[in-house]
Amino acid sequence: MIQTAADGIKEVSPPLSDADVEALAAGDRVRITGTLYTARDAAHARLQPLVDAGRPLPIDVRGQIIYYTGPSPARPGHVVGSVGPTTGGRMDKFTPSLLALGLKGTIGKGARSPLVKDALARHKAVYFGAIGGAGAVLSGFVKKLEVVAYEDLGTEAIRRLEVAGFPVIVINDCRGGDLYQDGMKQYSREQS
Amino acid sequence: MRTIHVSAITDAVKKLCMDANYELEPDVLRAFDRALATERSPAGKQVLEILKANAELAKTKKIPYCQDTGFVVCFVELGQDVHVEGGLLIDAINEGIRAGYTEGYLRASIVRSPFDRVNTGDNTPGVIHAELIPGGTLRIQIMAKGGGCENRSKFKMLTPAEGVEGVKAWVLECIRTAGPDACPPLIAGVGVGGTFEKAALLSKKALFRELGSPNPDPAADALEKELLERANRLGIGPQGYGGDTTALGIHVLTYPCHITSLPVAVTIECHAHRHKEAVL
Repeated sequence: MIQTAADGIKEVSPPLSDADVEALAAGDRVRITGTLYTARDAAHARLQPLVDAGRPLPIDVRGQIIYYTGPSPARPGHVVGSVGPTTGGRMDKFTPSLLALGLKGTIGKGARSPLVKDALARHKAVYFGAIGGAGAVLSGFVKKLEVVAYEDLGTEAIRRLEVAGFPVIVINDCRGGDLYQDGMKQYSREQS
Repeated sequence: MRTIHVSAITDAVKKLCMDANYELEPDVLRAFDRALATERSPAGKQVLEILKANAELAKTKKIPYCQDTGFVVCFVELGQDVHVEGGLLIDAINEGIRAGYTEGYLRASIVRSPFDRVNTGDNTPGVIHAELIPGGTLRIQIMAKGGGCENRSKFKMLTPAEGVEGVKAWVLECIRTAGPDACPPLIAGVGVGGTFEKAALLSKKALFRELGSPNPDPAADALEKELLERANRLGIGPQGYGGDTTALGIHVLTYPCHITSLPVAVTIECHAHRHKEAVL
């Protein structure tokens, strides 16, 4: 579900529909409230053979958002430690097949491959950026955390996060919009 | 002859690891303020403000600045008049990393083998470079080196004919291709000369110089200033959202080289530039 708040920021709550995704454009500032699933390199490497074999995954990705992060350990009494995004590009190899299963969003930092951008358009999905290296600030938006799969992977386990107002920006929308390319074009002062 | 017990080394490294992850050094914070004064992009300014708030929160709540608490890269300068007693220097450093990361709620990010990729669970071992120097002190510099930016570090063997213009083009190419992936605003450590491995080592060591300080070598200083100016014309900006602050600094270290070679290594460091040192 998506609503636009009084301050112009789009409020997003998974699960997301095709129409929700279509309402998001590169450069939009977004606050997410609800469930996010964490997964990075090692978890994706375990999900992929299941996807390839058509077997069920430990999480139902339909309509959901995966956050590429490996949090630092929580201090006693805290929900989570530092929890900023990792580089999304390392998951490029795995992303199109998860989008084909109905995953609607991913959160990371850094550029995605042309194949992923094509898959975002084909399956109506979106790539969000969170501020890399702002893990201490981002920890404040996580209200609950639970390991749901692959606990042996430590920081790379799949976790379910309940977040409130988690701040992201749309990097790649489902129409080919790309904040990184637009931003660089606007501010480049290189002599051509 | 001066004697230093390994327990003093372990204690020092433990504290350096924890402090580095909770408290950005003042040189990085000053670089954020300099960038805020010149950045034209509203989104870029906002990112810089959030990074300042993040640094403040990390310090006061002792939450790591970034969840990637890094690979510990350690440069040790051991005075030739120092005798380390009670064990091995390298073991003492790794023990300090182990204690700092487990007791400090810092993330374990190291796998025991690049092939089987099983996490060691305590962020050991570090990457330790030791050098002998005159005198009776032991200097330990550590950096908690992020993996995302390290993945964008590169090396190129140029020919002498490509010269300094070739070096400039290569450094800028490294920054351009790092783009938004390496968490800009970034810092580039550049090692020029020596051999393949010497250039890479210099590119890491160069990062320890205070951001914003002049390079003591006037030729290298001029090169740094030109490269920084040109890097910040690329338009990548904070987090790659577009802007004038793509790099906070470019630090160059050189070494004599073979008549045949012009090696250039570029270590890419993110804004989470966590470096600390202790002298025992």
